[in-house]
Amino acid sequence: MALKENKTENDVLIRCKDLALGYETGVVLADVNFTVHAGDYLCIVGENGSGKSTLIKALLGLLQPRSGEIAFSGVSAREIGYLPQQTALQKDFPASVYEVVLSGCANGLGRAPFYGKAQHARASANLARLGIAELAKASYRTLSGGQQQRVLLARALCATTKLLLLDEPVAALDPIATNDLYTLIQRLNREEGITVIMVSHDVSCALHDATHVLQLSEHGVAFFGTAAAYRKSPTGARFLRCACTDYPRIRFGVWEEE
Amino acid sequence: MLTLLSEIFSYSFLVRALIVGSLVALCAALLGVSLVLKRYSMIGDGLSHVGFGALSIAMAMNAAPLAVAIPIVIIAAFLLLRISQNSRLGGDSAIALIASASLAAGVLVTSLTSGLNADVYSYMFGSILAMSDGDVYLSLSLAAVVLMLFIVFYNRIFAITFDESFARATGIRVSRYNMLLALLTALTIVIGMRIMGTMLISGLIIFPALTAMRVCRSFRGVVITSAVISVFAFFTGMVLSYALRTPAGASIVAVNALLFCVFATVGKIAKR
Repeated sequence: MALKENKTENDVLIRCKDLALGYETGVVLADVNFTVHAGDYLCIVGENGSGKSTLIKALLGLLQPRSGEIAFSGVSAREIGYLPQQTALQKDFPASVYEVVLSGCANGLGRAPFYGKAQHARASANLARLGIAELAKASYRTLSGGQQQRVLLARALCATTKLLLLDEPVAALDPIATNDLYTLIQRLNREEGITVIMVSHDVSCALHDATHVLQLSEHGVAFFGTAAAYRKSPTGARFLRCACTDYPRIRFGVWEEE
Repeated sequence: MLTLLSEIFSYSFLVRALIVGSLVALCAALLGVSLVLKRYSMIGDGLSHVGFGALSIAMAMNAAPLAVAIPIVIIAAFLLLRISQNSRLGGDSAIALIASASLAAGVLVTSLTSGLNADVYSYMFGSILAMSDGDVYLSLSLAAVVLMLFIVFYNRIFAITFDESFARATGIRVSRYNMLLALLTALTIVIGMRIMGTMLISGLIIFPALTAMRVCRSFRGVVITSAVISVFAFFTGMVLSYALRTPAGASIVAVNALLFCVFATVGKIAKR
């Protein structure tokens, strides 16, 4: 593993300090403390309703913290390559793959109405980077679930050079596509040095690819540390055991025959 | 055919209706693409009913129809947008409630004052006689504004239509653009509903986009095709309505429906 050990202060990308998040209805998360260094692969896990989506909104700057702070260095909330969960309406959206990927450059538009040469080049480069250049003219709605996620990942890469934020990227995928996508994300992280924050139900990513794990539970952080420490911790062991009984068939990212 | 066309163009009120209608059809098609894809089609329908209520009230008060209808429909547009975004309220049923309540209000107001007469009939199903020179200028400026905004914000409109979450994350102020869409839709509906009729104007918004989506693979393709389809269907519908002495609004929607069937069949065959 080409992991850099002993991260220094200079490598810090995001630091959440005593963060409390919530809506009018009340506090969702409190006392959230964690740090993301350049090159990390952080997996955020937790049950439904534990505040994963709220934390994502805060990281993207769409929700103001109630208290505490999220400090970015070397990257801004606008320069996060975000891969949201797919919505039902996207599945049959008439758009070419190229149009979708190019829309990732929207954060670089500023006040300009149209994309320039640099942004078109960026979109093409990211299509090639993810091996979907030949799909550029294909219609997004005719693609398979796995291909659609690749397209959305290419779009996310247009928005960032440093940091990907992935929200349940494999939720709707079959196990083979899931494995492909994990391999791709791991490659971006290990070979291209892109920092990855992934929110997932599927803890197999926490086991295999992540360097760090943040587990949320009701109202706060149940665990934050390296993936190795997570596997040994009582919280981690319990969560992994539950999760694996929930998803027995995709435990190892491949089909298990019944 | 040529004599028919030259006959139509010899009537100044028909020429006015053709100018206003084509421009409204163009705007409706452009806005319709985004509304249909964002599942906001019901907003168009709801607004047209609110428009009917507003027109009836204007008539009862002897006020200028557009001066009353424009502000009411714009307010309704923002309200309906809010309701649709807040899915907890059951957006579609809330819109249906507002639509039928406005329709009822309009019918009650007219029956208590002038009674249900030919004017009310023309509001419901459209009249090509209703266009004044003022309407021509108004629709020209509306079309110019919609076209300009649509071109300038094309990339952002694509981004918010395809994926609001991602658009927000890249710093696009999604709610502002949604409000802009609602505002322009309201204006398009108010101006268009007097030719098309309040009961039929939403067809002008929904049909072209859905028709174009049957065959087009890209967003740009859908936008351009639906604009062309919309203006073509409007023009053909008007000519048919003149030749067959049928109401304009219904003829235009019928042409749109026919085109939809043709495109749907072509789309099905092309897929195989």
